[in-house]
Amino acid sequence: MKALLRALVTLLVLVAGWQALVWATGLPRYLLPSPLAVADAMQRQAPLLLTHGLTTLAEILIGLVAGVTLGGVSALLLARFRTARRWLMPLLLVSQAIPVFALAPLLVLWLGYGMASKIAMAVLVIYFPVTTALFDGLRRTDPGWLDLARTMGASPAAILWSIRLPAALPAFWSGVRVAAAVAPIGAVIGEWVGSSSGLGYLMLHANARMQIDLLFAAVLVLGLFAVTLYAAVDALARRALPWQPDTQPAEDANP
Amino acid sequence: MTPLSVTISRARLTYGGTLLFSDLTLELPAGRTTCLLGPSGVGKTTLLRILAGLAEPEPPTQVVTGDGQPLAGRIAYMAQQDLLLPWLTVLDNVLLGDRLRHRRPGPARVEQARALLDRVGLAGRERDRPAALSGGQRQRVALARTLMEDKPLVLMDEPFSALDAITRLRLQETAAETLAGRTVLMVTHDPLEALRIGDRLHVMTGRPAVMGPALEPSGPVPRRVDDPGLLAHQAELLRRLAE
Repeated sequence: MKALLRALVTLLVLVAGWQALVWATGLPRYLLPSPLAVADAMQRQAPLLLTHGLTTLAEILIGLVAGVTLGGVSALLLARFRTARRWLMPLLLVSQAIPVFALAPLLVLWLGYGMASKIAMAVLVIYFPVTTALFDGLRRTDPGWLDLARTMGASPAAILWSIRLPAALPAFWSGVRVAAAVAPIGAVIGEWVGSSSGLGYLMLHANARMQIDLLFAAVLVLGLFAVTLYAAVDALARRALPWQPDTQPAEDANP
Repeated sequence: MTPLSVTISRARLTYGGTLLFSDLTLELPAGRTTCLLGPSGVGKTTLLRILAGLAEPEPPTQVVTGDGQPLAGRIAYMAQQDLLLPWLTVLDNVLLGDRLRHRRPGPARVEQARALLDRVGLAGRERDRPAALSGGQRQRVALARTLMEDKPLVLMDEPFSALDAITRLRLQETAAETLAGRTVLMVTHDPLEALRIGDRLHVMTGRPAVMGPALEPSGPVPRRVDDPGLLAHQAELLRRLAE
């Protein structure tokens, strides 16, 4: 509760600073709208923001689920099969050398102006962090556990499933946290390149019409999505790993 | 489970071009606890790992069992670390072997695991996670897990060396009582530990290392710490180790 209050105070100070900047410089509304003007735009355009927001939210969530699933399965295959490692690892690394955003126009060309190209974009940005996080985790199993499992006559599949995977879950969830943070970026970039709905589309549209207050409102909604998504994933991760101690210094939690 | 005798003979080990030992023989009589002492780096852990199937034996090393059958799948292993899986409960950790062999533990196995936990003094802690236990308690769970495997040969690699002195003494008693009648090889640094629970003690020293003659202290295990015979033997062992 106290942490929330502190965050609110920080936010209030920032907003007050913003308002003060607008007053002090007298910048016109089409360059820097005041917080009040943004709040006003948010209220007036609520139905519009909601429609476009839902499109973007759907893209983010579907992209996140698909990207995390795909990344998780890839990491497991890489860890289990030497052939997969030898043939796919270099490909995976090289694929990351290509900036995913450069592929956005191509995705729109192939998959169209609808949600599919944005979901594909989100999957592309999510896939690598999840795959590498889980694969790294799977590679770093305590050798003692592996020795023990071998003396117990465990098959490689049983070792992967019962020891290496659970041991790698903390690393996997770190990857999912990163994925949750980058998923909105993927979706919005996709929308910028070509779309007929979504918050990214709304931003471009508002920008072209000098409705900067609406642009700000769209950014705020997107920010809200991102923060909520991150908090949800974080809560999920803590639930999934009750045995994983949080070793952050205790004074952080209890002032 | 009938006890098994195991002999490792003509053992040879080179590490990084250095010969650590060659033509070494270690006999593990059936139903007895053999302790292997020696300074760090002498190769005693490697001997144990060869028996455990965790290290490839270097030719011409030979492992021969009393019944002529291969040793694979017939050993239980206990290490210096408890190696408990933090995401499993104490009970599930004891039943880990079944789970890894894709055998859903039936009520009889679960009951057996509970009985073993009771025997090592952890009744009532079945549902706890390892993080809730002290170092000594965790090693007791590891001992229960080793006994649960119920294998003809038990291999222990410095199982109690990470514990404090008093906890170690108590665990040695539990181990000696629960392992009685099994073939056990225990690698240790601690002469007192070997003297408390070992039937036969070997000291491995030198480079290349040689296996000292077996020392067989008298009296039933676990022997008392203040046993005068034990103290005399300890002095003798320390002298051999320092050679």
